[in-house]
Formats: sequence, structure tokens, C-alpha cells
Amino acid sequence: MSRGLRLIPIILLLWFVIGLAWRLVKPGDTAIPSQMVERQVPRFQLPAAIGNKPGLASADLATGQPRLLNIFASWCVPCIGEAPVLRELQRRGVRIDAIAVRDTPGALNAFLARNGDPYERIGADRQSEVQIALGSSGVPETFVIDGKGVIRRQYIGPLNASNIPGVLGELEQVR
Amino acid sequence: MKPLAFALALLAAQPLLADSNLPPAYWSNRQLPDPKQEAQAQTLMAELRCLVCQGQSIADSDAELAGDMRDLVRRRIAAGEKPSAIRGWLVQRYGSWISYKPTGEPAAWPLWLAPLALLLAGAWLVRHRISFGPKR
Repeated sequence: MSRGLRLIPIILLLWFVIGLAWRLVKPGDTAIPSQMVERQVPRFQLPAAIGNKPGLASADLATGQPRLLNIFASWCVPCIGEAPVLRELQRRGVRIDAIAVRDTPGALNAFLARNGDPYERIGADRQSEVQIALGSSGVPETFVIDGKGVIRRQYIGPLNASNIPGVLGELEQVR
Repeated sequence: MKPLAFALALLAAQPLLADSNLPPAYWSNRQLPDPKQEAQAQTLMAELRCLVCQGQSIADSDAELAGDMRDLVRRRIAAGEKPSAIRGWLVQRYGSWISYKPTGEPAAWPLWLAPLALLLAGAWLVRHRISFGPKR
């Protein structure tokens, strides 16, 4: 066998080890983006999650005005961190609706009393059904939805203050 | 004495609250009454990937979202929907990532071609390393 051929196993081994080392240093991205972006919000109708606020249906998301759809839960810790950002967006005139995943009215009321309530409507998704239909894989997530009810952007994980200009720009852009 | 006190204190520890305050969905841990439908559901659930514990199927995962997905699969199968239609519905939402079943798309071609390539390489090795017939 020629010298070059004998080197093949060693090259393969090196390639394998370098591959492993690279993934150890730089782990892959585990976020699963929704394939529903640039598509119409699927049809759904959710009952009210708390007493004094209406529930949410897909028709409420196609009113001619762009809006945000926030997927959250009272048992979700990063949602607490995101709350001030949503309040600030609401203060600047952004209309925000929400889907509360696997939640109870009591826990939700306590969460909103503590962290503020920027929402116009909150739908109760008790079996993550609408969350799955939207292609969302966790809480919190935020969808930018245009006036026709088409999803234009998905934010996976909590929004932070640095996202505010971007979100405002996108809402302006899809108007 | 100190290790004992520490061990006792551990008994009082509470798990970190990362789950919701609702019980599992009705069909998440319950078999369908029709064994044929349940078998269909089981086969499909073993091939769907959990979004939370990303190395597990939803049949194996204890995550709440996996439970809700099992509930969704069983309800739809009980309603007469075909497993391939349910898989398609989920792929439409999460991409082919969600399904463990290999597809025919170009990204999967090396997977299908690998056995053939290995077989050819083996045949080549046999042809060149082993001599048949009387020694020359």
C-alpha cells in the first residue's frame, strides 16, 4: 500500500477529534425556530386566562394594526426579567397580546400584580395546544405580527432592553 | 456531626420550580382504549423529537411540552387522523428537525449512500488484499 493511503486513517482520526473539540468549545445553537414565520397565524380561539381581560382568538391578531404576541407563563422565571421590557414597549404605544401557557387565574393575577400587566388580551392555553400550532418551543417567546395577521418575526427567549429599538423598527416596517 | 446535619438539611430541599402548576394533559400518560390506535400512536411518538430534552423522543421525555404533544398525537389518532398527516402538521411548524424518521431530502443522501459506499470499499479491499487461487 502506498504511503499516502496509509495516512488516511490518521487523517480521519484527526478530523474526528478536531470536530469534537470544536463543538466542545462552540456548542451548537439549540433554539428551534418556528417555520410559521412569514405565514398566517393558524386559526385558534382561547378562553380568557383571567377574569377581567378578554381571551384571544386568531381574528384578534389581524386588525389592520401590527402587534406583538407574547407567549409567557407565571411559572416561567425568565418571563419576570422580560416584563419591564414589555411594559416599556407598551408605554411607547405597542399593542401586546399574550398567550399564557399551562396557567391558573390565581397564579397569573399574582404574576401580573407583581411584574406589571402590558397586555390587551390574554388567552389561556392549558395544554400548550396553540403554542405548538405556532411552532413555539418554550416560554417566553414573542412574535411580531403584521396587520393582516401574518407572523413576521419570532424572538426566542426573553426580550431585553437592547431589543426595544429593533422591535419598534420591525413594527413600523410591517405596518 | 456536620456531614450528618448537611445530609438532613438536604432532605428538606425543594426541587427548583420549573414546571407549571397544572396537572399533565389527559392523554399524556394514558393509553388509548383501542390497542390498534394506541400502537399507531406509540410508533409515531417514538419518532417525534422532544423540543425540551432534544435527544429524546416525546415517548421517552418527561417534559411537560412532550406530555402535551403526546396528548395531541393520541387525540388526533383517536379522531381518525393518519400518523403521516400528524407528522406532516408538526414538520410544517418545526421543520424536519421534529421527526426522527430519515427523509429523502438532499441533506439525508449521505445517510442512504453510506452503506453502499462502505460495501464498495470493502469489496475493493477484499479484491486487493486477498489473493485467490494458487500462489504465483
